[in-house]
Amino acid sequence: MVRGKSATTVRLIASYAVLVLFSIIALYPVLQILNISLRPADRLLSTSLELIPANATWDNYVKLFTERPFFTWLANSTFVAVVVTLTGVALASTTGYAFSRYSFVGKKVGMLSLLVTQMFPATMLLLPMYIMLVNLHLINTYLGIMITYSATALPFCIWQMKGYYDTIPVSVEEAGRIDGASQLQIFTRIILPLAAPALVITALFSFMSAWTEYVVAAQILQDTDLWTLPLGLKSFESNMGSEWGLYGAASVMVSIPVVILFLSLSRWLVSGLTLGSVKG
Amino acid sequence: MNLTAHARQRLYIFALVAPAFVVLFGVVVYPFFYNVIISLSNMSLRHIKDWEIIGFGQYVKVFTEPSQPNFYMVFLKTIIWTVVNVVFHVVIGVFLALVLNQKEIRGKGLWRAILVLPWAVPQLIVALTWRGMFNYEYGAINLMLTQWLGVQGVQWLRQPLEAFLAVIITNVWLGFPFMMVIALGALQSIPHDLYEAADIDGASWFHKLRHITIPLIQPVMVPAITLGTIWTFNNLNIVWLVSNAGEPGDQTHLLVSFVYKAAFNFYRYGYGAALSMIIFFILLAFSLSFMRRSNVTQNVYS
Repeated sequence: MVRGKSATTVRLIASYAVLVLFSIIALYPVLQILNISLRPADRLLSTSLELIPANATWDNYVKLFTERPFFTWLANSTFVAVVVTLTGVALASTTGYAFSRYSFVGKKVGMLSLLVTQMFPATMLLLPMYIMLVNLHLINTYLGIMITYSATALPFCIWQMKGYYDTIPVSVEEAGRIDGASQLQIFTRIILPLAAPALVITALFSFMSAWTEYVVAAQILQDTDLWTLPLGLKSFESNMGSEWGLYGAASVMVSIPVVILFLSLSRWLVSGLTLGSVKG
Repeated sequence: MNLTAHARQRLYIFALVAPAFVVLFGVVVYPFFYNVIISLSNMSLRHIKDWEIIGFGQYVKVFTEPSQPNFYMVFLKTIIWTVVNVVFHVVIGVFLALVLNQKEIRGKGLWRAILVLPWAVPQLIVALTWRGMFNYEYGAINLMLTQWLGVQGVQWLRQPLEAFLAVIITNVWLGFPFMMVIALGALQSIPHDLYEAADIDGASWFHKLRHITIPLIQPVMVPAITLGTIWTFNNLNIVWLVSNAGEPGDQTHLLVSFVYKAAFNFYRYGYGAALSMIIFFILLAFSLSFMRRSNVTQNVYS
């Protein structure tokens, strides 16, 4: 009995040590971003390892907000991300439902192709899409970039929604039918509320992928007025040059909403993702 | 009466599926076939309007062109990259999930929130910040090495091997939380009485891990690992941004960044499209064989 107790204590101490160690590893680069954003102009490049820089200042934030088109980029990014999210959720919630509940011609092929698109390297769709957008004169337009983002996000969203609908018993719908609800009412009043966790996850993924995407945007949005936040942020980075502090401040501003959303939804993340993959 | 109900039903399904199918046709199916055509053509910046079909020449070029680096080297590097990353992601992720899932641990929510941070921070920012941390003179990694350990700093970003290592370290850091979250979800779904029964039988901790935990989280982990492998193999962001487009001297490429550079920096559209197809078929072959083999492990509960 005594031996069992001390063994448990040792195991617990070791467990907390592991958690502390990995927490430091997880936190350090994040703190590094904060640190960069607070550095005064004459200490952008410092050889000190202190967590909060000496003479910490908000100057970089002030400069970012007043001397750089930060709010234009913010508005651009918000617009693109919101449209992509709404489109993604609307299309994935309906299509996923049909895939989960009904049989129709091309269902199996459709499901398989959705999975197969996950194996496309980034250039597989980006290159033809880019040439198509050039031919349609959609380079340098939001329509162009929103189409491209939908292409990457939609298959995964549908797959995810379908997996979640599969976990909702059909008996729920039968109960609704007995009460005289129409098919549409069953879907909108019964199924969609039950699928809220998956809807939230789908929305989160669509939003995050559009909000933080750089590589595609760099090809399609060449006009600085149209830039989204990631493009602006990358322009500050240029090998730790004189705008390194602005880079830090912009990074903090871009990360905050994403991290808050992510953490506040992380409880749903587990159920949404695992159910989706088990029943997929 | 019956017929109209049936027709109504068909119409309803059609209305649910049609919008997404139209969109997917426009943004996935059509570009896919367009990519096939480009891969069989000589399209490039010089031949953007007057391109013509030339057959499989671009595919042959992928395998035979004596470029520096060539396809085989990049492919090998991509395999090493994928295996190393996925192994670390799964091992660290499952390990942390096991630690965190012990019933005596306090403050689970807080630990999980901290440990999930690398996943929550946008990849672009992760990549650029780690690139800063690998800087020779001012990067935190070298400062720690010299100030705390008294070791010589490493030229992380200017030598091929070190740069590749830097990219891997960054990606291991950002990838373990995904596996941890998945494993946590799987662990929570294991019925407690299984462990209680094992305890009554006097099973050791290791015994329970091997015969209860691992088999029961496997059905969840296998699809997650498949997906993680595909994502890692195809992850353009990290390699592109940490190595600043393949530095030093295009030595730090994965297949996906190699093809991106060919297409968008060198405007070799035909070549890029062919290489995209080859990468796709490699992944398809991998996924099919992996999923077929892991089917055996499904349905452990039943």
